[in-house]
Amino acid sequence: MREMKAVFQREFQGYFVTPLAYVFIVVFLFSTGIFTFYVGGFFELGRAELQAFFVFHPWLYLFLIPAIAMRLWAEERKTGTLELLLTLPIPIWAAVVGKYLAAWAFAGMALALTFPIWLTVNVLGNPDNGVIVASYVGSLLMAGGYLAIGSAISATTSNQVVAFVVSVVVCFLFMVSGLPLVLDFFSGWAPQFLIDTIASLSFLTHFDAVRKGVIDMRDLVFFAALISFWLFVNIVLVDARRAG
Amino acid sequence: MSNSMIEIAGLVKKFDTITAVAGISFSVKKGEVLGFLGPNGAGKSTTMKMIAGYLLPTAGSITLCGYDVLRNPIAAQSQTGYLPEGAPAYGDMTPRQFLNFIAQVRGYDGKRRQSAISSAVARTQLEQVLDQPIETLSKGFKRRVGFAQAILHDPPVLIMDEPTDGLDPNQKFAVRRLISNMAEDKAIIISTHILEEVDAVCTRAIIIDRGKIVADGTPQDLAARSRYHNSVTVHIGPDHAAAARAKLKKVEGVKEVHEKPLSQGVMSFTLFPRDGKRLINKVTELLGGEHWDVSSLIAEGGRLDEVFRDCTTSDAKPAAIDRSAGKQASKKARAK
Ligand SMILES: Nc1ncnc2c1ncn2[C@@H]1O[C@H](COP(=O)(O)OP(=O)(O)OP(=O)(O)O)[C@@H](O)[C@H]1O
Ligand SMILES: [Mg+2]
Repeated sequence: MREMKAVFQREFQGYFVTPLAYVFIVVFLFSTGIFTFYVGGFFELGRAELQAFFVFHPWLYLFLIPAIAMRLWAEERKTGTLELLLTLPIPIWAAVVGKYLAAWAFAGMALALTFPIWLTVNVLGNPDNGVIVASYVGSLLMAGGYLAIGSAISATTSNQVVAFVVSVVVCFLFMVSGLPLVLDFFSGWAPQFLIDTIASLSFLTHFDAVRKGVIDMRDLVFFAALISFWLFVNIVLVDARRAG
Repeated sequence: MSNSMIEIAGLVKKFDTITAVAGISFSVKKGEVLGFLGPNGAGKSTTMKMIAGYLLPTAGSITLCGYDVLRNPIAAQSQTGYLPEGAPAYGDMTPRQFLNFIAQVRGYDGKRRQSAISSAVARTQLEQVLDQPIETLSKGFKRRVGFAQAILHDPPVLIMDEPTDGLDPNQKFAVRRLISNMAEDKAIIISTHILEEVDAVCTRAIIIDRGKIVADGTPQDLAARSRYHNSVTVHIGPDHAAAARAKLKKVEGVKEVHEKPLSQGVMSFTLFPRDGKRLINKVTELLGGEHWDVSSLIAEGGRLDEVFRDCTTSDAKPAAIDRSAGKQASKKARAK
């Protein structure tokens, strides 16, 4: 636990010593703003709610989260600090989880900085704050899912650009797997249970459910399972480095 | 009970087609400073990475302070300080932050943490760069940060891959003295390409070539395998060179004499002994009786660099020469 805390703190501080953190936060706030007010038509809708804000999160995260995740392991491999990290008395799982949580905390912080939007709707009208809280929770969970994927993929390469591109592709597949576009491709030849499985893996489906204000156990379990699975993959991949 | 703190048996590491380490066994006792020598690509770093618990061996076992590195890596690693090749460190941190992280990982809190850090900083003389990002430090300072990290918890086992690489002569001296001072209650392995370092700090040296141990002994034992072991070199002025040439050849126990002209007609004669017997007594006896103009007289214990070349360079020779050589080396010089 102590080791995990040390790794977490180092990684979290690491975001702020480079411009990355500030660039990320500015881009994140900027693009949520643009999507909400221009593309989403927040004012035109004339309703006191944040659907226009949250509906774009899966798409924003698709590019922004891999940008946070790409350095997690690729950089350690590139600079050789992986050797240092793995020869300190830190269990591999603690290193993986510590780093992951740091990235997640960072994403959560960026998300929390969108609070002025929340204030705005509360000033303008009477939104259902329960729904908004649920949406924030859903958004954070979804960010956690993307991050777990990105972190695991970052452990497969020492090149951050490769980590980024591959993560975007994999995240995209997870995101859209519930859309008709994808399901149509399988329907007709694949057995129904497979189609159901693919559909059930979709971030969009689960996020949309939570976004509506219903925090269903199944959605929570989905994200928890997804994150656990990818962190497990991450641990296996880091451990595999030791084979040489 | 054995007092070996590092025990290595049958260590093998294969990468796809390359066998980097081909069966290495040795042990290091408390108080020993073991020097790892060997040409580039011999497998020194690979061996150290396995000892430190980074790479997994293909075969063999490693025990540090009684903990099996494979079965109980965390326990073994808490007893070990490791300076990886190239001294990697988090470049965006300052040495202060970096050492703080290491101390935190190693379980130091509050006051103990501060004192562990300041002692490591003082011993590696890092005070002046403590708050400068590591990536902006010079190579030598980076190395010293890595060194500080390795000794921070005063570990009983210390593994360092080229610790003095990139250091200036003063720092080399300081680091060697530091290693010698710490050696008493530790088992230390260092790898190096600087042979005089072996004389300066190591109580024992192992030469590795193509993944195998080709020599193992004290630096003196190894040097004694050189043909220069117990040889004598005299420099004699121009007036007496001819006379000296004739008499030096006849000194008892001399096998052959090499000569080399120096400046202003001074001749350098090197007398090689037969069967590695000591020559210096007979030579001083002779010189005492003559009235030659002698400007220099050197008796040698042997040359490590020559032994190193003998053991490692020639591709024609089979990799393994003589493992137990350390013991008998002093009796028999490697003539030829
Ligand atoms: N990850 C790896 N994958 C494949 N081969 C490797 C790997 N690491 C090392 N090797 C090979 O193993 C051999 C031994 O390398 P090692 O780094 O141990 O040499 P060394 O004795 O430390 O050399 P140097 O004096 O140059 O530091 C080399 O042939 C090297 O190419
Ligand atoms: Mg090396």
